[in-house]
Amino acid sequence: MNEIVPARSIGAYVPMVDGPDKVSGHAKYTADLIAPGLLAGRIFRSPYSHGEILEVDISEASRLPGVKAVVTGADCDKTFGVLPVARTEHPLARDKVRYRGEPVAAVAAVDDATAKRAVGLIRLNVRELPAAHTVGAALAPGAGLIHAHRPGNIERDVFFELGSVEQGFAQADLVREDRYNCAEVCQNQMEMHAALAQYDAERDRMTVHASTQVPYYVHLTLAQILDMDMSRIRVIKPHVGGGFGCRTEALNVELIAALLARKAHGSVRLMINREETFITHRGRPETDIRLKLGMRKDGRITAVECECYQRGGAHSGYGIVTILYSGSMLYAIYDLHNVRYIGKRVLTNTPPCGAFRGHGTVDVRFAFESLLDDMAHKLGLDPLDVRRANYLTAPTFTDNDLMVNSYGLPQCVDWVEAASGWRTRKHKLAKGKGLGFACSHYISGASKPVNWTGEPHATVKIKLDFDGSIVVLSGAADIGQGSSTLLVQTVGEVLGLDLSRIRVVTGDSEVVPKDNGSYSSRVTFMVGNAAIDAAQNLKRILVAAAARKLEAKPEEIECLGELYRAGVQDKGVTFNEVVSEALRDGTITVTGNYSTIPESHGGKKYRGAAIGGTMGYSYSAQVVEVSVDEETGVVDVDKVWVAHDCGKALNRLTVEGQVQGSVWMGMGQAMSEETAYHDGLLITGNMLDYRVPTIQDSPPIEVGIVESNDPHGPFGAKEAGEGSLAAFLPALTNAIADAIGVRFNNLPVTPDRVFAALEKRRRTGDANGNKARA
Amino acid sequence: MARILELVLNGRRRVDAVPDNLLLLDYLREAVGLTGTKTGCDGGECGACTVLVDDRPRLSCLTLAATVAGRRVDSVESLGQDGRLSAVQRGFHEKLGSQCGYCTPGFIMASVGLLRRDPHPSDEDIRAALGSNICRCTGYVKIIEAVKYAAELNAAGVAP
Repeated sequence: MNEIVPARSIGAYVPMVDGPDKVSGHAKYTADLIAPGLLAGRIFRSPYSHGEILEVDISEASRLPGVKAVVTGADCDKTFGVLPVARTEHPLARDKVRYRGEPVAAVAAVDDATAKRAVGLIRLNVRELPAAHTVGAALAPGAGLIHAHRPGNIERDVFFELGSVEQGFAQADLVREDRYNCAEVCQNQMEMHAALAQYDAERDRMTVHASTQVPYYVHLTLAQILDMDMSRIRVIKPHVGGGFGCRTEALNVELIAALLARKAHGSVRLMINREETFITHRGRPETDIRLKLGMRKDGRITAVECECYQRGGAHSGYGIVTILYSGSMLYAIYDLHNVRYIGKRVLTNTPPCGAFRGHGTVDVRFAFESLLDDMAHKLGLDPLDVRRANYLTAPTFTDNDLMVNSYGLPQCVDWVEAASGWRTRKHKLAKGKGLGFACSHYISGASKPVNWTGEPHATVKIKLDFDGSIVVLSGAADIGQGSSTLLVQTVGEVLGLDLSRIRVVTGDSEVVPKDNGSYSSRVTFMVGNAAIDAAQNLKRILVAAAARKLEAKPEEIECLGELYRAGVQDKGVTFNEVVSEALRDGTITVTGNYSTIPESHGGKKYRGAAIGGTMGYSYSAQVVEVSVDEETGVVDVDKVWVAHDCGKALNRLTVEGQVQGSVWMGMGQAMSEETAYHDGLLITGNMLDYRVPTIQDSPPIEVGIVESNDPHGPFGAKEAGEGSLAAFLPALTNAIADAIGVRFNNLPVTPDRVFAALEKRRRTGDANGNKARA
Repeated sequence: MARILELVLNGRRRVDAVPDNLLLLDYLREAVGLTGTKTGCDGGECGACTVLVDDRPRLSCLTLAATVAGRRVDSVESLGQDGRLSAVQRGFHEKLGSQCGYCTPGFIMASVGLLRRDPHPSDEDIRAALGSNICRCTGYVKIIEAVKYAAELNAAGVAP
């Protein structure tokens, strides 16, 4: 008996609990929910960038045999938007269309061919208005307003200065200013958006299956849009084929499907194609940055001035939060004082941007780490030593009141320095080869959620009944990142039980507790802590039952998972016996909650200063090795070394997978991805023109896990799924600068841009790879 | 127009009436109900719909159902023995070659096609065989590990 030990999984390599469903093809995604009698949905989209709607003529489409419902803006006068302060979007345009591809009408028909024919019969008459497709056009004097309530087409103007930037620059030995441009990029997750809406006309109830990261927000938004009581709505999240942020708000897809289903009194499956998924967008905005840094000879940063313009698209979405993150997250990675930030989120007649992985932090981090590298070079300092001169000392609060409790950046830097052979190999590589270095960080969930209700940030329930299986109920949305596996692991760890005893139920509002959703890397920290709380509450009940059974005091009971005993001499009682005893009061259900602490809520020094507040920041350092072909401009990434401080790796397998995926997604943005428009018409709406790196383009990515053990994190953990994306971008351009002496400030760094820059240098001697467009 | 399609699908003979313009992808998903094969793009961009036709990887979104008459078609649902995962499925599961899982059936079928024709592929062979499949989650690092592990399992007697 004495050799019985509790089962442990925290810190191990644990394959995902839903992996067998995915590799067998049995996992059902929304588009896989095929049933007899489903109606097929299709959307009619605006061919105009900007126009006043005069008429949406659906008469012919409605008369087509087989058409069961046609909906337009006339069917819904309600607006939606993930931020309560910016609910200005209609599921189907009313009064105005604001971008090419905006949904105007939709059809439900007996089959897809009929729906497609019906869409072709819809006529849209508009009075065209001048369109602004760029920040410059939208801000030009006299530019027409895209939304009447947003003067100057500015969605949000942010300004703060903390400390004295003038004094800071005066203390510097070197002051440099440069401009950067990052192209707009799109998540392009593998599963195209889909929704299945089932309206029960007899009982006036709506069930919606949606490919979403945020079933709770979809639920709230459906209630607003349908003007239905929330209790009449059920939202189910089936398996979801990736998100990366484009599904962190309710999308028009699920809202339109529900409007169609209610009008048709039936069930509608609305699957949009890849081009439409690109148009639905919610990606990272095109960003223009002007950055000025002051540095002392020892590498210490004395002042920061950052000006940031984001082309937000035609609706707000998360835009206000994005432009705030871009400023607030200048902090919490280095010890900065004397910082001025000017941010402008601009409305344009392009598809709406959103919260792409690394939300708001990535493009500014690219600029910051590029300029640091450049200045290190100018001052003859090692870029790693420049970071070392600016470390924070945790625990601390930043000048903008962000709470930093754990800080593994120094260990990350040391790890990549050693692993990459930085000291011995830098400047000693063959011609055309280079090493680049950069750092980044990210939050573990926003401490104040966008929909602030005062309820706990996360709630997890556990059910235990006669069969002895532990059933964990959670609203956390597993979108491939492994949150269901995390739930099973955390509960198993507290109870000392093998994972095979634990089942997880998620994704159905009828059954599971509310959860804010899978975004801003909140799930491990918040849901993980709630799961620990729930498991501890269950353990107390089981220990009390074991104490009764063993006629001992609860504090004398030792829980070994499958065995409970009162001291090492006691032969104890089995888990099943304990459960039987505990069930004397009936089926056991326990609740675990988690709420962030007020100290983490960010400050009030400027409007919106709460954005950036979190319980724990992750840190990342990267070294990228490249080979540049000076004849063709082709850049190959030979190897990436990345160290990520995730506090504690609850599951080393999924942490490695998340970090590798983040680095690689950063590589796509840095090297090839760009959504391009011609007069507002998306011209990259497929995976060939929107150039995603293939396995042939992709390097080995070696991951070092740094564990700084956050005092508040679940078992010490922080986020692992976003923080390593941003550092790739500057590490790449720093590596290219090292390889060929040309610095690229505009992304993506495509072969044609490299080739053009090398040509320019050959002709003029100018080593500025490309200058920002602004 | 429709025609009669006779084929061997996942080891079983089937006869269906199919419209001339029906894609193999839609035949599998919508007509037969084998939804393991995924639609990931608007045609030939991503590889999520990869199936095997006579053991060779084929994009079912660019293949008319009528053209596989008399052929053997295998989708992801055909893999495994006695209800257990096949070598490639185990590789993708245990080595985390699959995160969100949406591209996974396509990657798995392309990998099965590879291991059936070359049981001992090099890293370069794996990259070449999977070069037309897009994954947005993994960065491909663990996909390569998954296929190498599958090759080891296959060598030890587990069918790909």
